[in-house]
Amino acid sequence: MTPLNEVDGRAIPLGLKNVDTDVIIPAHWLKTTTREGMGRGAFEAIRKDPDNIFDSAEYKGAPILIAGDNFGCGSSREHAAWALGDLGIRVVIAPSYSDIFSGNAVKNGILPVVLPQAAIDRLMEVAQTDPVHVDLENQTVTTQFQDRFTFEIDPFRKMCLLEGLDEISITEKSAAAIGAYEQKLAQDRPWLQPSL
Amino acid sequence: MTRPRTLYEKIWDAHVVEQRPDGTCLIFIDRHLVHEVTSPQAFAGLRASGRTVRRPDLTLAVPDHNVPTTARLDASGNKLPIADPESAAQLAALEKNAPEYGIRYIDAVAPEQGIVHVVGPEQGFSLPGTTIVCGDSHTACHGGIGALAFGIGTSEVEHVLATQTLLLQPSKTMEVRVEGEVGPGVSAKDIILHITGTIGAAGGTGHVIEYTGSAIRALSIEGRLTISNMAIEGGARAGLIAPDETTFDYLKGRPYAPKGADWDAAVAWWKSLATDPGATYDKVVIIDAADIAPSVTWGTSPEDVVPITGVVPDPASFADPSKQVAAAKSLAYMGLEPGTRMQDVPVENIFIGSCTNSRIEDMRAAAAVIKGRKKAASVKWAIVVPGSGLVKAQAEAEGLDRIFTDAGLEWREPGCSACLAMNPDKVPAGERCASTSNRNFVGRQGPGSRTHLVSPAMAAAAAVTGRLTDVRELMA
Repeated sequence: MTPLNEVDGRAIPLGLKNVDTDVIIPAHWLKTTTREGMGRGAFEAIRKDPDNIFDSAEYKGAPILIAGDNFGCGSSREHAAWALGDLGIRVVIAPSYSDIFSGNAVKNGILPVVLPQAAIDRLMEVAQTDPVHVDLENQTVTTQFQDRFTFEIDPFRKMCLLEGLDEISITEKSAAAIGAYEQKLAQDRPWLQPSL
Repeated sequence: MTRPRTLYEKIWDAHVVEQRPDGTCLIFIDRHLVHEVTSPQAFAGLRASGRTVRRPDLTLAVPDHNVPTTARLDASGNKLPIADPESAAQLAALEKNAPEYGIRYIDAVAPEQGIVHVVGPEQGFSLPGTTIVCGDSHTACHGGIGALAFGIGTSEVEHVLATQTLLLQPSKTMEVRVEGEVGPGVSAKDIILHITGTIGAAGGTGHVIEYTGSAIRALSIEGRLTISNMAIEGGARAGLIAPDETTFDYLKGRPYAPKGADWDAAVAWWKSLATDPGATYDKVVIIDAADIAPSVTWGTSPEDVVPITGVVPDPASFADPSKQVAAAKSLAYMGLEPGTRMQDVPVENIFIGSCTNSRIEDMRAAAAVIKGRKKAASVKWAIVVPGSGLVKAQAEAEGLDRIFTDAGLEWREPGCSACLAMNPDKVPAGERCASTSNRNFVGRQGPGSRTHLVSPAMAAAAAVTGRLTDVRELMA
């Protein structure tokens, strides 16, 4: 996973609330056995309009996306995070996310920034004409107009993003603890072993 | 004396392998369900890193999302080819990956094949008090039998395959208490649609919802699975309903369920899981069952719920400005005008199925409305898709298939089908579908499709009249 710290660039002012994962990547794009190429199907219904924001000269390849409440709700498909990544998006800024999406995003080196609606409204305004700067280390979103918003992030997620860590390698360091848990489980709840 | 704990806290505590200094916990996963769509990249990841599956014995794979719901065997019992090459490739990948890693595999033509969330409880593989994950957000479903069950992404699928654990932060807790008795024509689906409309699509974000109260306790396991299935539509990654005698009666004797002395030990443990008196939740929502009507969605978010007796709302009627914008967009997509009576909305398609509503009780509820009636001529496509081969066989033994086919509905093979339109079952662009599934998202049932979420009885009523219909009118 590519480490992420500072991201500077144009921010796509999508702004909608409840952007679900079917909107981010419709199900028929899920019929694949690889992670690549999802960007082609990203926001397919919106991008049917030739004047859509994602393919406009101004925002094509922009690294930041601004959205409304409950971004990434619905399906658990990680294809949504792959699709955003394939579009070049490294940061999403929204008032809230679905729990599954925000986890998937972090695992793919995409930072889900949570800011209150008032900050979103201001950034939507700036994004019309100017870039936005995101700094994960300092947990800030700033603009050239002296706007400065700070955001919270779970320290474990922050570390994974900053260092580009793979969670499986982290967990493998706990192999002995997992083994001990399994042994205790076999004694405490032996009926958990599927009986067939 | 330990602090009183909720059902969620007890299950969580019993599964902590290790706690990191930053509060993240390593949680043991008791059951991993795998299907063909979200697993190929996880298996590829294992292969690339030279890792193996830690606990194939706790893993069960079954194809469901892509499988066609038309006949799968020819007259001589040979497997029919799958027309779509991409679907065929995904199904072939699971068929290859499962045995290669020693994982139990239910083949697409096996008698017990079905939607993974129907199969898990039906086989007794899903059990109360366990942690269950699957690369599918409707894994929340298994909370209906009292399991802490939630959807995961493909990276997490790979993580669970490799380590049988997940790195998680504890969730907040939310109680949704539904007290009293529901009226005639009101099903579990109407209860959960009403709840979703009440709390909103993000109402449960960051929380695990425990559904409590007399109206929940009165439900069968099928109804409880319907409720918990849609916890995710209210933003909660998992739902829970405390296991009780109804749960134990349902599970006893199922193929993978504990047997003999093991069963008794399991039941004793399950009984200890109920939320302690005095335990508190971070959020509580109380609903009077008598306020719940047969319900229907009007928009493109599952929170867009009105009683069937209601009208399409005016976007200006919402207090939240972003909801006003969203509602206006939804109505444009749905082709609806504010003030239109929901009962005047015509539907051309009917879908009875999905992990929300494809169990035997759902089949019976729909058949009871259809029996002796005919599908309206204006309904072009009406399919009934049982949730598993076992549900299908049971329904056929009860003659329900004939009731549907006599009325002009199609009786199909089990799978996810038109809930998400990955297989050939799609709703045409611009057309409406009264659907027993869980999501009315833009394009969910096919590009341009317009979905109205309803209960099985309400879908059956719409099939008969060709418009969204108050099922109570057909019950007289």
